[in-house]
Amino acid sequence: MISYRLRRKLLNLLMTLGMLTATLLVLTPLGLIFFHILKMGFSSINLDFFTQIPKPPGEAGGGMANGIVGSGLLIATASLIGLPLGIFGAVYLSEYGSSRFSSLIRFSADVLSGIPSIITGMVVYGLLVVPMKGFSALAGALALALIMLPIVLRTTEEQLKMVPMTLREASLALGVPLWRTTLKVTLKSALKGIITGVLLAVARVAGETAPLLFTALGNMFWSHKLNEPIAALPLQIFNFAISPYDDWHRLAWGGALVLVTLMFTLSLLARWFGRTR
Amino acid sequence: MSEATTDAKIRLDRLNVHFGANHAVKEVTMAMASNSVTAIIGPSGCGKSTVLRSINRMHDLTPGARVNGSVLLDGEDIYRKECDPVTMRRRVGMVFQKPNPFPAMSIYDNVIAGYRLNGRGRRSEMDALVEQCLQRVSLWDEVKERLHVNAMQLSGGQQQRLCIARTIAVMPEVILMDEPCSALDPISTLKVEELIDELKEKYTIVIVTHNMQQAARVSDTTAFFYLGELIEMGDTKKIFTNPEKRQTEDYITGRFG
Ligand SMILES: Nc1ncnc2c1ncn2[C@@H]1O[C@H](COP(=O)(O)OP(=O)(O)OP(=O)(O)O)[C@@H](O)[C@H]1O
Ligand SMILES: [Mg+2]
Repeated sequence: MISYRLRRKLLNLLMTLGMLTATLLVLTPLGLIFFHILKMGFSSINLDFFTQIPKPPGEAGGGMANGIVGSGLLIATASLIGLPLGIFGAVYLSEYGSSRFSSLIRFSADVLSGIPSIITGMVVYGLLVVPMKGFSALAGALALALIMLPIVLRTTEEQLKMVPMTLREASLALGVPLWRTTLKVTLKSALKGIITGVLLAVARVAGETAPLLFTALGNMFWSHKLNEPIAALPLQIFNFAISPYDDWHRLAWGGALVLVTLMFTLSLLARWFGRTR
Repeated sequence: MSEATTDAKIRLDRLNVHFGANHAVKEVTMAMASNSVTAIIGPSGCGKSTVLRSINRMHDLTPGARVNGSVLLDGEDIYRKECDPVTMRRRVGMVFQKPNPFPAMSIYDNVIAGYRLNGRGRRSEMDALVEQCLQRVSLWDEVKERLHVNAMQLSGGQQQRLCIARTIAVMPEVILMDEPCSALDPISTLKVEELIDELKEKYTIVIVTHNMQQAARVSDTTAFFYLGELIEMGDTKKIFTNPEKRQTEDYITGRFG
């Protein structure tokens, strides 16, 4: 009897230790990445980093202001294209669509989200860069929008499906038209979940580099025009990291830190919206 | 079977409802008089809800549902092409089995949801309407101190009365109730039943219920359904004391099987 209890306790202790180790092992890479980036990038973060554009090689200082603003512009434009399409598409799928056409769209979205992002970039190159005879922010934004679209579409649809049918019926039975019901009852009830999906989609594209290589291209200087090449944070990190200059390496680490912090914040925000529903 | 009388508010004429291959309602012809309470009874799955929901075209949203035959509201078929289901539903309100207040809204906003969601109604007029509707469902005294708290904080019975208040706030002519008391305790049930009795002066009410006593207490006419068919319909007292059909008798006496 005693030996059995002892055995049980010992086994329990062993299992607990085992699981603790596994958890730590999972957390280690994340901790290592964050700690390393913090260590390498922290010294580059100063006011200049957020207000200056990069200095030519060999000159110390400078910043990534154009990359940060460029990324912001790219993400904003991509959202302007991708979010309405994704959200309206999801509303159509969940509230209006006939089942066969809907499953076709769903399948396409799933395929689209599985396509490697560099290929998305190549497609946009063919679709927009070649006809426009030049790299442009618009092409970059379109590539990012294509990556956002399936994520937003699917998460929004899932959230809408979770709104109980009885709520829509309650509204319809009061003589509220379907479109108003969709807008004011269904979408509103699903709003927090939709915001979570949108934030995750933004976090996903904020760090995308590959699709920007043949589209937005990057830019050493300021640019606010949609029809010109534009700087983006991940592109600048990439270009500076593979350059032979120490000053640029430092900037790249600073950029990495800013990017990781942004992702971290977005994920936290998404979680927060996801939880308090 | 009672003949469709001329003052019928609602008349179903050879109504058939299919869900895919499932023929859920078969050739139902019946009439509901103005300012009366009609109870629909029958075993689970016999098509009571389906009949009720065809009276305000709730099946429009259900994929695969097909409605044939006609539903006349004041003599006009609500399934005819020109009929706008939205306007029609303002005349035919519905109370559901499970209380379903709008979870993101306050008690106050729930009562006037029919106006709010349609972007109508002036604030100054709304205050009076809210009080009046909550009074009618005898919820006013319980909630008047907290009109602006979230409606989900109410008990199930209070929520159901709120849903009735919300329905009468848009001043329909007909109120459809699908087992409105099945989630309620006996006291709340009694309150809802009293309310139905009062409401009948202004509205035509159709209520689905599993509770024989309730049907006997609140209704003027009772319709018994079995396997999608209307078996018998008539004066409630008669149905419960001296039904014509054997199946009806078996059901109301609990000898069903
Ligand atoms: N949305 C739907 N899709 C498919 N079939 C349905 C749907 N709603 C009802 N049915 C079918 O129609 C038939 C009648 O269902 P209904 O809900 O009208 O029964 P009921 O008499 O209200 O039963 P209960 O007393 O259990 O509520 C059942 O066979 C049911 O499976
Ligand atoms: Mg039912």
